Amino acid sequence: MGKAWKFGENISTDHIIPGRYYHLRSNLAELAKHVMEDANPDFAKKVRPGDFIVAGNNFGMGSSREHAPLVIKLTGISAVIAKSFARIFYRNSINVGLPLLIADTDSIDTGDELKVDFENAKIKNLTKNFEIELTPIPEFMRRILEQGGILNYLKEVGDLKGT
Amino acid sequence: MPTLTEKILSEKSGREVRAGDIVIARIDQIALQDGTAPLAIKQIRDVEVEIKACHITHFFVDHASPSPRKELSNDQKLIREFAEECEADFNPPGEGIIHQIMVERYIKPGDLAVGADSHTCTYGGLGAFSTGMGSTDVAVAIMLGKNWFRVPESFRFEIDGEFSKGVYAKDLILKIIGDLGVDGATYKAMEFAGEGVRKMDVESRLTIANMAVECGAKAGIFPSDERTREYLSKLGRGEDFREIIADESAEYEKEFYYDLNDVVPMVAKPHNVDNVVSVEELEGVRVDQVYIGTCTNGRISDLRVVAEILKGRDVRRGVRLLVAPASRRVYLRALEEGIIKRVVEAGGVILPPGCGPCVGIHQGVLADGEVCLSTQNRNFKGRMGNPEAEIYLASPVTAVASALRGEIADPKEVL
Repeated sequence: MGKAWKFGENISTDHIIPGRYYHLRSNLAELAKHVMEDANPDFAKKVRPGDFIVAGNNFGMGSSREHAPLVIKLTGISAVIAKSFARIFYRNSINVGLPLLIADTDSIDTGDELKVDFENAKIKNLTKNFEIELTPIPEFMRRILEQGGILNYLKEVGDLKGT
Repeated sequence: MPTLTEKILSEKSGREVRAGDIVIARIDQIALQDGTAPLAIKQIRDVEVEIKACHITHFFVDHASPSPRKELSNDQKLIREFAEECEADFNPPGEGIIHQIMVERYIKPGDLAVGADSHTCTYGGLGAFSTGMGSTDVAVAIMLGKNWFRVPESFRFEIDGEFSKGVYAKDLILKIIGDLGVDGATYKAMEFAGEGVRKMDVESRLTIANMAVECGAKAGIFPSDERTREYLSKLGRGEDFREIIADESAEYEKEFYYDLNDVVPMVAKPHNVDNVVSVEELEGVRVDQVYIGTCTNGRISDLRVVAEILKGRDVRRGVRLLVAPASRRVYLRALEEGIIKRVVEAGGVILPPGCGPCVGIHQGVLADGEVCLSTQNRNFKGRMGNPEAEIYLASPVTAVASALRGEIADPKEVL
């Protein structure tokens, strides 16, 4: 269970980790203090483990910097819920084990208490008392996510196996 | 029958594949830059497997180049040492931008390339399927020489006609992004074809392919043809040419038509790349800085246009004109052709080959409330180091016309 932090459309990786903190990329704990700074300057200070980032379409647009999902993961966020994700960000998140959920997020507002029911592929909005369906992720990607990312998958399986 | 994308991914995965399939494919070239390489190296060191693909791996220090801070110098040292250790190619500051050098030296039509940089899609201008990935995915490619891919559906862009005077590839791709939106091609491949493409030089194709990711695409790709052969020959790589085109009966998810004769100079306004209008609508917007360069528009053809317009003219007092050649090769050519001299005489500043101010790390960081017109590919809030500044995107000719006037200007005024 956690609180929703609502963001808009097209949140870019420059919003998530601005280029001016480029020198902190090898110091993720320090970089995480600036996560989402250009979208909501209060977020990094006030976010609590278990909270959710909720956004519109195309979350994670822009650069390939994997530090973006990594620092989100470091905040202890349960999952990012968005209408859609940018391609590279989506794949990076799976690789680093940050859960991404695709759902219609219009009815969620900042402060809503959310709970994810993975088994039934639903998000429960406890504040407003309703449920939202999740769009399932493809089988192959789920296997990687279940292993805790591509590196664990490789350590476990030893090689990339065909589908 | 296969699209260009399906053709290349079939070849590299050793079976006939179609859009929607998930395949494991052999990779021809791998590129990383100083912002993404350190994490990839950390990941490789974390998994104890035999590293198979160092011989096709290329490291570049171009984002913070030369380094402005000790933390970044340490990252760059780590990259250099790893490259030495595994005998991979290493390009120190001054060589130039990752994508420009990959195009100049390594990429062949029909290749499958991955890079830890979102603008890896640039190589589609040569007829390669290339896509940006994160550090971990690229680490997997370095370790195994292969990775998994979802074969994207393709959008076909039929391009007809010829550019009018003062209109360039940048204007076309900005128009397309304006029409499709910043997520209009998410997960898709953008394939370009038609009479307009046949007449288009390779550097224009590279500019267009470079920005495919700005509408969310996985790749932007052109067929290879006589112009590609000629371009590779001039780089001393004629033998790397092969013709690769989509089947005539290939199936596309969507088809679009653009007549180049109808395209006018375009500008993307802050803070999204699809916020596109014609330059006419923005005339008179004051600019503090004009930046010409980057993996989008820092090639010799771009610099030639700029130098031609600067002949006998001066940059408007109070405007900073920054110019960065995309590579050492481009820089040397620009020196030989007198382009550098002309930029400096006109009041411009030459930056070393590299990404320069585009990533907001150093060189040309904007002040609060300042406006930059840039030939780069992104104008996101904070991109050039300050969320209180504004970035407009345009072609090199619109950029230089604006530097002369101190306001966003229609290039027809200076042609």
